[in-house]
Amino acid sequence: MFDILKKFLGKIFGRKNNIKLGFYGPPNAGKTSLANRICKDWTGEEIGLVSKIPHETRTVQFKEKVEIKHKGKEMTFKMVDTPGIATKIDYEDFLKFGLKKKIAKKRAKEATQGIIESIRWLDDMDAVVVVLDATENPYSQVNLTIIGNLIARKIPILVVANKIDLKKANIEQFSSTFPEYDIVGISAKEGTNMEEFYDAIFKLAKKV
Amino acid sequence: MKKIKDKKGKEFSLQVIPFAEVEELTISERVKKILDLILANKIVILHGRLRAEEEARLIEDTMALVDHVEQFKGIELAVIEPDMREKGFIDRMKYGLAKSLVGDSSSLTIIGPASVIKDIKKDPKKIELFFS
Repeated sequence: MFDILKKFLGKIFGRKNNIKLGFYGPPNAGKTSLANRICKDWTGEEIGLVSKIPHETRTVQFKEKVEIKHKGKEMTFKMVDTPGIATKIDYEDFLKFGLKKKIAKKRAKEATQGIIESIRWLDDMDAVVVVLDATENPYSQVNLTIIGNLIARKIPILVVANKIDLKKANIEQFSSTFPEYDIVGISAKEGTNMEEFYDAIFKLAKKV
Repeated sequence: MKKIKDKKGKEFSLQVIPFAEVEELTISERVKKILDLILANKIVILHGRLRAEEEARLIEDTMALVDHVEQFKGIELAVIEPDMREKGFIDRMKYGLAKSLVGDSSSLTIIGPASVIKDIKKDPKKIELFFS
């Protein structure tokens, strides 16, 4: 009964419940680490495995009904963690991490399918957190392609620069590359700056 | 057309595609045209810029090819834009949004096979191709 009333009020005030929140970005930027941190904070469970080897996430992963309470507000999200988008996949890159050739080839094959799946899911998102690696140059074609596609689909975006705990992190270059967005610098691994992140998520949800 | 060799001795050539040549093509036709050239070991220099959806489609179709074509590892892609550094913030923002929505004939798009090009470093006034 309470749920029905909540949904009804949500509709009246134009607020959507169970917002589909996608995590997009290049491989190894920390999408799953961030989604895990949020899911662990609010449901006690993680969404997927993380690894130093790129393309650990090779299928779209979900966590339904993640209720986030922040500064007296409450909102329910469906978390959608996606495989990292890249323009090239070479199984030999995985060999450097000690994987055997057969496993590396299998990983490469699954990674190509994962990228296709990520792109196809773009249309289904209500809002997207674009997770980028704060230690890398943000001006890459893949990043621009991801953001360009979200703009074209009129999907609200939050740009997050992850891994600010690392010495090489340079958040200033993100602000100059994407001057039209507020950039939130976080460390999903250490849980740094998550308060600011949740502020931004609630602001983002209002745009849905 | 002059052939160029990479460090491993593999030959490739540059192929310039004028904007008019792809203007009337559908997304599928454009992407197919580009990928056919890439598979023939060409570095494509396209006058203009693909729309955001076309770039996504190019990546999708590239991944399908990586899955099916032996030795094909993917592509390197870069868009060189006209120098916008002199423009103000609002102009840059408007330009950035517009170009991603409708494509843009004043830009240059460089696409090459990832097995030949390791990386494309961009600067508004120059590009550098790093070969594998």
